[in-house]
Amino acid sequence: MLDWIHLTVPPAPAMFAQLLVGLINGAFYAMLSLGLAVIFGLLNIINFAHGAQYMLGAFCAWFLLNALGLGYWPALILAPLIVGAAGIAIERLLLRHIYGLDHLYGLLLTFGLALIIEGVFRQQFGSSGQPYAIPPELQGGRNLGFMFLPNYRAWVIVASIAVCLATWFTIERTRLGAYLRAATENPVLVQAFGINVPRMITLTYGAGVALAALAGVMAAPIYQVSPLMGSNIIITVFAVVVIGGMGSILGAIVSGFALGLVEGLTKVFYPQASSTVIFVVMALVLLITPAGFFGRAR
Amino acid sequence: MAEIGRWNRALAAVLIGLALVAPFILYPVFLMEALCFALFACAFNLLIGYVGLLSFGHAAFFGSAAYVTAHTVKVWGLPPELGILAGAAAAALLGTVVGWLAIRRQGIYFAMITLALAQMVYFVALQARFTGGEDGIQAVPRGKLLGVVDLSDTLTMYYFVLAVFLIGFAVIVRTVHSPFGQIIKAIRENEPRAVSLGYDADRYKLLAFILSAGLSGLAGSLKSLVFQLASLTDVQWTMSGEVVLMTLVGGLGTVLGPVVGAFFLTGMQHYLAQLGSWVTVVQGIIFVFCVLVFRRGIVGVIASYFTARRKPHGISPAATERPAEARTAAAPGAP
Repeated sequence: MLDWIHLTVPPAPAMFAQLLVGLINGAFYAMLSLGLAVIFGLLNIINFAHGAQYMLGAFCAWFLLNALGLGYWPALILAPLIVGAAGIAIERLLLRHIYGLDHLYGLLLTFGLALIIEGVFRQQFGSSGQPYAIPPELQGGRNLGFMFLPNYRAWVIVASIAVCLATWFTIERTRLGAYLRAATENPVLVQAFGINVPRMITLTYGAGVALAALAGVMAAPIYQVSPLMGSNIIITVFAVVVIGGMGSILGAIVSGFALGLVEGLTKVFYPQASSTVIFVVMALVLLITPAGFFGRAR
Repeated sequence: MAEIGRWNRALAAVLIGLALVAPFILYPVFLMEALCFALFACAFNLLIGYVGLLSFGHAAFFGSAAYVTAHTVKVWGLPPELGILAGAAAAALLGTVVGWLAIRRQGIYFAMITLALAQMVYFVALQARFTGGEDGIQAVPRGKLLGVVDLSDTLTMYYFVLAVFLIGFAVIVRTVHSPFGQIIKAIRENEPRAVSLGYDADRYKLLAFILSAGLSGLAGSLKSLVFQLASLTDVQWTMSGEVVLMTLVGGLGTVLGPVVGAFFLTGMQHYLAQLGSWVTVVQGIIFVFCVLVFRRGIVGVIASYFTARRKPHGISPAATERPAEARTAAAPGAP
């Protein structure tokens, strides 16, 4: 196995290109782990279906384009709304019944949901991907001198950072967010103050799912739209969540981007390890600070 | 209690009798597959049912043992019994590392950590040279047990698998009813209290984890000899999900539940094999159904029915047959 290792210093453009790929992956890790953290905060459920809902977002955009002729920009709004509505239905019909139980049942239930969603799409589309074109406004790219930056990728990075910061602002700096944080601490007391906590829980789950779907739409032109895209990413996102800890919104964002970059750097220096490096980092973090960087020990 | 013991012994005798004649009635390869998964599910249940730890990465132990057995038997030419021991030992070793890392966190994090570490094992299996990548290790010879018994005969192999299953099952039952088993149950019920009584909870959890990993490895090794194949399917996260489902269907924390669940799901897969990805959908539906309305599982429901009949007014003295949700909900460290 030692012959795996052949460290070479690659040319700078290749390195920046990989760093860009890492940053893109990191943007999706950040958006997905953010959604997981928001849902976990209020529902105390690890949403295993998050990957499947990300995939649903991408497929929703694909359907909107191929069935209704609606392009990327409408899909960016519509797909999260549609998938988020489906999430609300899931919360109302299924998740509602297991809040009193151990958290593990939430994981198992959403795992079952993920299997159902993925199975249906695999049956229809096989494991191969469907292409989704980059919107015409964002085609092409610009030369930054040290590297070539495709416009669409620049947009994904900017947009995902904006979405992450907006979510952070909503939760940490607005009245709605204050209710949300209060309900995370003590739902009974918040309800006693006259706030409709069950509705807040429903909407929070819907918002978390919509966030996953939004990530899915943004991912569609970069990766192919494939039934397997969700399960491939969700386990990595779990590792990101373990590293960041789910106690902090900012922690989820920072660790998402940071780990994407770590993965990109690994691709440059030691490509064979790029698929495992995040898990290695997770193991190291567990050794050094078992609670994760931003989390509280649980 | 003596009466219950007699019932259990009678049940065991009937089941073993059935297992002995089963290959003349049912397809032996199906039975062998179901027995392998039954052992796997029993080993998994040792953790979730008795320690209250949900590992979502048990495929790592099952699959890596399958690879080690396949490699040692095929390339090194080890006899099957040593190959299986090597596989189980490798799984136990891997379990030591994974368990040591994972028990640092509890509840939901424990599940995510085991899942992530198992995914890492999957990627290593995908890339390492000796695993054969996408092809896996094929045409693994079954060899001769102790140099005498030829295992290439299906019926002989069946009885060998049955024997190994019974040994593994006996180890698990013995563990659950041993003082060690009492302590891990105490940790499940109330960890701070167990710690206050002087038990080093982490050490007991780790030991249970290693035992569970080793026995899962035993099942994986056996499977690689039965099918003469070790492949990526064995080490993938879907396999981890399947063993969770088997245990859930049969009944978390019941002795026979995982066996029933394994037979149920393996049978279902055989019947639905031509349906392609719908099998996954059906599995998902069963997951949702079990979590929503059938949390005790098949054996849990049957057992509570009999307990209720036997003691119409009394309260069950043993905690063993309590419904799983009440038990895990009481588990500490899962706020």
